[in-house]
Amino acid sequence: MQERLQALKEEALSEIQQASSMKEVQDIKVKFLGKKGPITEISKGMGKLSKEERPKMGQLVNEIRNAISDQLEEKIARLEKAAVEERLKKETIDVSLPGRPVKRGNHHPLTRVIEEIEDLFLGMGFSIAEGPEVETDYYNFEALNLPKDHPARDMQDSFYITEETLLRTHTSPMQARTMEKLNGEGPVKIIVPGKVYRRDTDDATHSHQFMQIEGLMVGENVRMSDLKGVLQSFAKKMFGEEREIRLRPSFFPFTEPSVEMDISCFNCGGDGCSVCKGTGWIEILGGGMVHPNVLRMSGFDPEKVTGFAFGMGPERIAMLKYGIDDIRHFYTNDSRFIKQFNSL
Amino acid sequence: MLVSMNWLKQYVDLDSYSANELADLITKGGIEVETVEQLNKGISGVVIGHVLECQQHPDADKLNICKVEIGEEEPVQIICGAPNIARGQYVAVAKVGAVLPGNFKIKKAKLRGEASHGMICSLQELGIESKLVAKEYADGIFVFSENVTPGEDALEYLNLHDEVLELGLTPNRADAMNMIGVAYEVGAVLNRSIDLPSPELVRSDEDVEDYVSVRVENEEDNPYYGATVIKDVTIKPSPQWLVNRLVSAGIRPINNVVDITNYVLLEYGQPLHAFDYDRFGSKEVVIRRATDGEKMITLDDVERTLSSEHLVITNGSKPVAVAGVMGGADSEVKEDTKTILLEAAYFNSKLVRKASKDLGLRSDSSARFEKGIDRNRVVGASERAAQLIQEIAGGTVLKGIAEQGARTIEALDVSIEVNRINQVLGTEITETEVAAIFERLQFSYQNFGGTFTVQVPPRRPDITISEDLIEEVGRLYGYDNVPATLPMTESTPGQLSEYQVKRRHLRRTLEGAGLYQTVTYSLTSPSKRLFFSDESVEAVRLAMPMSEERSELRTSLIPHLLEVAQYNRNRQLENIAFYETASVFLPGDELPIEQEHLAGVVSGLWQEHLWQKEKKAADFFVVKGILEELAVEFGVEDRLTFARAEEPKLHPGRTAAVYLDEELIGYIGQLHPEVEKELDLSETYVFEINLEKLLQADVAHLKYKKLPRFPSVTRDVALVVNESLEAGEVKRVIKEAGGSKLVEIQLFDVYQGEHLDEGQKSLAFSLRYYNPEQTLTEEEVKKAHDRVLKAVEEQFGAALRQ
Repeated sequence: MQERLQALKEEALSEIQQASSMKEVQDIKVKFLGKKGPITEISKGMGKLSKEERPKMGQLVNEIRNAISDQLEEKIARLEKAAVEERLKKETIDVSLPGRPVKRGNHHPLTRVIEEIEDLFLGMGFSIAEGPEVETDYYNFEALNLPKDHPARDMQDSFYITEETLLRTHTSPMQARTMEKLNGEGPVKIIVPGKVYRRDTDDATHSHQFMQIEGLMVGENVRMSDLKGVLQSFAKKMFGEEREIRLRPSFFPFTEPSVEMDISCFNCGGDGCSVCKGTGWIEILGGGMVHPNVLRMSGFDPEKVTGFAFGMGPERIAMLKYGIDDIRHFYTNDSRFIKQFNSL
Repeated sequence: MLVSMNWLKQYVDLDSYSANELADLITKGGIEVETVEQLNKGISGVVIGHVLECQQHPDADKLNICKVEIGEEEPVQIICGAPNIARGQYVAVAKVGAVLPGNFKIKKAKLRGEASHGMICSLQELGIESKLVAKEYADGIFVFSENVTPGEDALEYLNLHDEVLELGLTPNRADAMNMIGVAYEVGAVLNRSIDLPSPELVRSDEDVEDYVSVRVENEEDNPYYGATVIKDVTIKPSPQWLVNRLVSAGIRPINNVVDITNYVLLEYGQPLHAFDYDRFGSKEVVIRRATDGEKMITLDDVERTLSSEHLVITNGSKPVAVAGVMGGADSEVKEDTKTILLEAAYFNSKLVRKASKDLGLRSDSSARFEKGIDRNRVVGASERAAQLIQEIAGGTVLKGIAEQGARTIEALDVSIEVNRINQVLGTEITETEVAAIFERLQFSYQNFGGTFTVQVPPRRPDITISEDLIEEVGRLYGYDNVPATLPMTESTPGQLSEYQVKRRHLRRTLEGAGLYQTVTYSLTSPSKRLFFSDESVEAVRLAMPMSEERSELRTSLIPHLLEVAQYNRNRQLENIAFYETASVFLPGDELPIEQEHLAGVVSGLWQEHLWQKEKKAADFFVVKGILEELAVEFGVEDRLTFARAEEPKLHPGRTAAVYLDEELIGYIGQLHPEVEKELDLSETYVFEINLEKLLQADVAHLKYKKLPRFPSVTRDVALVVNESLEAGEVKRVIKEAGGSKLVEIQLFDVYQGEHLDEGQKSLAFSLRYYNPEQTLTEEEVKKAHDRVLKAVEEQFGAALRQ
């Protein structure tokens, strides 16, 4: 009997060894350890043994049963592991294949620049005013101290619709429109982005339509030094912390004194290069202290309040910032141009 | 304004400043120096030569063999092809080794067998622009007309070692459109004294009144007119120094008298006109308005038609000059002129501007009159010119000036307090510093306890109010010295309006959905408008368009977006997804009505992922999905609806009108295939809506809805209906019939074909029922669902698909 058990064990272990699928393992389990299997049969037949032999034989049967059972378990674990490995191998992908493109458009570069400037001035407590693109002669010129026949009207030849209405030549008309609404009660802190129009033939540096951002701050004790401070923060945030600014005297009919602002060249740092035409400085915008006539016409008392105003061109800023060489790109909308402005 | 350094040095000591340093200082002071030009353009080795011999080249008709003395031991042989070369001339010679503009090096050469050791130069070859070369030298070499010494530097005589600053003058600084004005400015900037000319004129005993009288009809048009008469002049070329001055300022020399009037124009800023007295046609000068249709021939031999808005100088019967703009041909100074009638006047700037504009004649004179000249310098300028004519052209200046009007006006008093200056500039400038600045400007003033009353000289008509004085002080104090401060005014919250916030969200949503933003022109053409809309749409037209292409304001954004689509398609960029937000313009009362619109154009592939074989073409539902997403974003999900519609130029079966509540706010659709063909576009979808309606829709604030606490029940139903029935209609009926427990209806399948009769289709909906109060019972669901089935059966004869 002992020999028989040993032989069964050998046989079972050998079969387990050779089994290559889960089903075979299950079959082996049924064959050897099942209710009708040989080992169960031997257990049943143990009643015929003597008292002394029975426990010994019982122990042996258990040992063999456990041995087979352990081997089976082990085999199952091995097979399961192999199955998982097989599956992982099958599921392996080429991670170098391109990912699925996410569909996403982006801002036009002018919007990008304008929003950046808007955010900067929002942070300084300005709000954003918008006004009509077709203006009256009064708001576009007269309320800005440009009476009819003023020689400076030459500087901005315009598209008239009637004698009294025209496409605005700057976003400055919102100065008067905003101030009028406030009935002389300040402070006024606005910037005015928008489209403007001038009689220019389109070429690499001219466009009959372009963008402008006007800024206006009116209140008690608004000083030119404040204009300098505000523009300095603007220049540093827009063009880099190392930027210096300088104000140069200039002339605009709606400001007195008037200035033009240059920034130190971001390309050469001020040593002189092709971007700054060798001067180390780049002209960015014009501004000044609001002319008392403008304040007066819009219902503010120039004895009580002062103000500053400035105007800048987003195209020029974008061209400088991104190195764009032709203003027409902004209006042609070549998708290869627009798509370049898709990252931060 | 071109300013020669050498000329400027006559008035101000510039010794320690280079042209570039001076340019920097002037720019910082407020007049932008745009360029600094070196007149010699790198020339070297050009000397004066004396042509000792000049013979025709034996083998070349047009060449001459010259022996030229150039201050060296032996004369040199030079071959010269200029037609005006002659023995005895003093000329400019580029020696062997010389360098001419453009780095052109002169070498020994052989011309038809004859050696040439250098080149005899024309002025153009020395870098002077053709338009500045006097007629007699225009087609040949330049010949010195004065005593010069061979071997000396020719450039020195031609003033080509000079440097010229180009001033970019703003309209307020017309005072710097002349050398005296520039001298005042540079004197102020450098804080140096200036030395101005003081003409000393010897007049004859003969009285000008015997020769001419002056009558101004309206002194408002012409506040001062003065006529000086100079007899026995000789018209000839100007001396070299005068030619050099004019050339440095960009004016071509003509003859001595004309050159002198131009010289004084440049020096004093006073336009002068010299008439030939003998051709003037009378002994009286009458200044009056022209009559409508009156004609005259101007110096440039063009007949001009005048009107009563133009001021003319007449001889009592007919016009001899358009005041301040141009003289007449009849009384022009010519070579045989003997007696000069010299006009020095102050004309109303508006009249000069009007005439200059109407006649299309802009001259150095009109430019100065238009911008305002120094009233107090008129007589001084005429004396300066008379003195120079006497010196250079000979002649006798008659006694007195025939004139009308006051010669000078009073200075204007303008006051400013030092405190105010500092308050406006944010500076701490002292009284002493302010006084010093006014002295630099040569303004006289009184100072009473910090209040300065300044007598502004008439040469500075731009200064009329105290702010103008603040600017004068500020610019000379230096804006570099103004600190950068933060405003002290009360703080204000900087924030976007609700509309602006929404518009920014809109852009991000559209871009997140895959559209790129464009910016196109507002001005368009009638043909573009009519291409895309019928004639009932009227546009706002420009009074004077630059071209028909940009002659009216757009009423729709689509035409220019299609132009962008075409542009890109023509460059093989066929997958198009663009949007734009911009104003359209419709005729209004005082001003046009401006409406902000949103429009888009989509064409080609919408999704593409090649190696996974994914390709999805853009279609109607791509565009509709984007608009539906906007409806969700702006809280009008249930209020934005689409209804089949027809639009000109759009596909009649693939177009929908977009409604917000009951109001039509736009449309979406595919371009009509014929339009696509005409524009050479593939299948293209467009949309345009009135953005203001969408963003200004009155919506409730976002509020949290309780999360579901009970399970919901979903029932799917497939309905067989007539193929022409719209799914939206079926959904509407389901919704109505389902009652409050029916919380979601999703269309998940549309089927036509096998197992269905011809003309039928199956629409499969998934209906979800939910009761927020308690778990739904089977009975509740059945009741509601039966209502739905009954309703669709009754309304559409819809059968359940088996």
